[in-house]
Amino acid sequence: MPHGESYEPRNRFTAWMDARLPLLRVMHESFLTYPTPRNLNYWWTFGGILTFCLAVQMITGIILAMHYVPHADLAFESVQHIMRDVNYGWLIRYVHACGASMFFLAAYIHMFRSLYYGSYKPPREMLWILGVVIIFLMIVTAFLGYVLVWGQMSFWAATVITNLLGAFPLIGEAVKEWLWGGFAVGNATLNRFFSLHYLLPFVIVGMVALHIWALHIPGNNNPQGIDVRQGKDTVPFHPYYTVKDLFAVSLFALLFSYFVFYDPEALGHPDNSIKANPLQTPPHIVPEWYLLPFYAILRAVPSKLGGVLIMFASIGILFFLPWLDRAKTRSARYRPLFRQFFFLFVIACLGLGYLGAQTPEGAHLILARILTFYYFAHFLIVLPLLSVIEKPLPVPKSINAPVLKGAGAAAQ
Amino acid sequence: MRKRRVRFFAAARAAAAALLFSLAGGSPAFAAEGEKPQLLKGAWSFDGPFGRFDRASLRRGLQIYREVCSSCHGLSFLYLRNLSEAGGPELSLDAVKAIAADYEITDGPDREGDMFQRKRRPSDRFPEPYDNDQAARVANAGALPPDLSLIIKAREGGADYVYSLLQGYEAAPAGVKLDETQHFNKYFHLTGGVLAMPPPLTDGIVDYEGEGAPKATVKQMAHDVTAFLAWASEPRLEERKRLGFQVMVYLAIFAALLYFSTRRLWLTAHGEADEKEESA
Amino acid sequence: MSDMSDSIHPDMERRDFLYVATGAVGAVGAAFAVWPLIDQMNPDKSVLALASSQIDISPIAVGQSITVKWRGKPVFIRHRTPKEIAEAEKTPLSDLRDPEKDQDRVKKAEWLIMVGICTHLGCVPLGQRGDYDGWFCPCHGSHYDTSGRIRKGPAPKNLAIPPYAFLNQTLLKIG
Repeated sequence: MPHGESYEPRNRFTAWMDARLPLLRVMHESFLTYPTPRNLNYWWTFGGILTFCLAVQMITGIILAMHYVPHADLAFESVQHIMRDVNYGWLIRYVHACGASMFFLAAYIHMFRSLYYGSYKPPREMLWILGVVIIFLMIVTAFLGYVLVWGQMSFWAATVITNLLGAFPLIGEAVKEWLWGGFAVGNATLNRFFSLHYLLPFVIVGMVALHIWALHIPGNNNPQGIDVRQGKDTVPFHPYYTVKDLFAVSLFALLFSYFVFYDPEALGHPDNSIKANPLQTPPHIVPEWYLLPFYAILRAVPSKLGGVLIMFASIGILFFLPWLDRAKTRSARYRPLFRQFFFLFVIACLGLGYLGAQTPEGAHLILARILTFYYFAHFLIVLPLLSVIEKPLPVPKSINAPVLKGAGAAAQ
Repeated sequence: MRKRRVRFFAAARAAAAALLFSLAGGSPAFAAEGEKPQLLKGAWSFDGPFGRFDRASLRRGLQIYREVCSSCHGLSFLYLRNLSEAGGPELSLDAVKAIAADYEITDGPDREGDMFQRKRRPSDRFPEPYDNDQAARVANAGALPPDLSLIIKAREGGADYVYSLLQGYEAAPAGVKLDETQHFNKYFHLTGGVLAMPPPLTDGIVDYEGEGAPKATVKQMAHDVTAFLAWASEPRLEERKRLGFQVMVYLAIFAALLYFSTRRLWLTAHGEADEKEESA
Repeated sequence: MSDMSDSIHPDMERRDFLYVATGAVGAVGAAFAVWPLIDQMNPDKSVLALASSQIDISPIAVGQSITVKWRGKPVFIRHRTPKEIAEAEKTPLSDLRDPEKDQDRVKKAEWLIMVGICTHLGCVPLGQRGDYDGWFCPCHGSHYDTSGRIRKGPAPKNLAIPPYAFLNQTLLKIG
């Protein structure tokens, strides 16, 4: 178990505290002296970026809840009140709305990084599983939040998604009505969605704490995908990675600010600026961009129940990933075949995202089915097969050598 | 803003489509993606990172809204006071009071328990043209004139769409049959161009007063009223872009400092590693 | 790293300056970023727009009073009787906890306009009650006289006078 230089209380108060509640010790060892591989690249800064995103969403969200009214007659009005009258309300709402997109962008990059470098492999299975739990909670939270605006897209997204649950035989109808608190999406639905949207982020915070705990037990993976040696291969988290992560966060904040200040509606849909109307469905219903791949998978299957099951399975299958890919080598750097399939998988996910925004007809539908098939085949066929047939490249003994070479080049 | 966005997405979509084309081995069904006519592009002063509204244009737009649009379309999220706030038409408070006094509102109850009519004040909202949606439909042959306070945000194409629509009336092509309550507008693609709104603007329908005022052509009026509605949809646009520039400049400086700090810090880390490796 | 020689090394000084500058810029940015989060709780534009209200006072007969709402607070408008005015004017300042002349509390002697919130802990006093024929707060027993001045009980101050103006004979503007 890698632990940094241990914490030493500086004065009598901290010594007293340390004997009773070693909070400072835990913080010190987790975020200051925590030994981190020295060869992490910028793909590893997305953990810090995600922490930033979660904090931004929670702070702006708590503030929005001070002005928002979760009532079917007033929700849309209160959003406009925030946009027009509340001091800096427009800023806080746009940060929250764009923040959801930025959060998912960072989360997806973080996940693909794990896939590429094999960060889900032993001994980090729990770390990966907790991550999948978090992304699932994020999806639910984002969906609930999108409904709160109570525009046309909000209302019909709520209707379509809750109707998915009606696909389940026997209990489907009852579950739907239970969820709605009525016979259609209405005021009762909006109210409970608000409550849950406020609750779930705190659950996410708990999961993130576990996620970080599960990270600090085995320690970070690294681009080489090999085990690090204590001392020589590591640097203390602070200041090396706190400063580097902060740099990455500042770049990310630039992109974030571009959307908030110059193109805040780019990631939304015009129909959500029309108040919810239960009597009229918009011509095209599309979810937010970050849910499009799942939406494409849902619609690729010609049966209602089948589509729902396949869509949930597309997230569920991620839980089993550490046992589907049995290859010993972690990093794709030393797995030439895996690397190619990895990029194929990325393209499949992007393609599904594109298709999720199209009408599921003709070639679009056929392509969505092909990509859906590949999505699952990647996990169920390609990865298990690769673990058997692929011959990985030789892995370096230590992470030090290549790093030092890189440093020499940078210094010249 | 909206324009760039549409262009960006069109490009992204084209790229993605091309990619998928090659994957699917090409498929003709891709090509037929709606036949939306190209929108007219307005020269919007509020576009771009330093965009500002043109006050004179907003004031003319307000005049058109009041004299033409407001008989059927509401502006429900706007308060009359908004007209004097920074970043909008910026009328004087007295001018806003005078405009407000043109409209009545039901207030009350008074001491007798009765409701009464009084003149509107700046703290009141713009008046609604109809008492309710049903009354609006009855007055408009079944069609519901949409509220305009968010119309620029609520339509794909944004300001350009409204600008185009106001100028897009023409004789119905052969094959499109209209009854007497219907009109043809090539930009109203949802129903194949058939809509209930009659052409709202004709040359000289309003009198632009004051020195240097442009001629009230349909094109000019479409431009002015669209600019006014763009402000109505996004009254904090100027504040947003101004603050945005400051934030971007700050972040760029902060990022640069962090970059140099990171680099400096990591040079020592690699140096230490060197020493350790040698001593090992 | 903690050698004496390190601290005078020019490279080290430059490095320290860089880190200090980065930290300072970050701290300033954080401070600015906090302001919108605080300012959003201040009264918003729709609240500020309602800062004044106009009342027709012609129906209020002598000896009657009404309560109107201004900025979410009750405002008492009392059409005082000659007896009440006389009582208020003859009270010597030495009898008062918060000395204030009646003339300074009204613009027209027959109209007493004040915020109906007890200066003790914010309850609404009851009219024409108490030991001084003025107002009496039921929460903790503060007595106000016919000019709304505190005479007895825990309240420290007289009932507050809002900004107001008579627009004409019958129209009163508060705020």
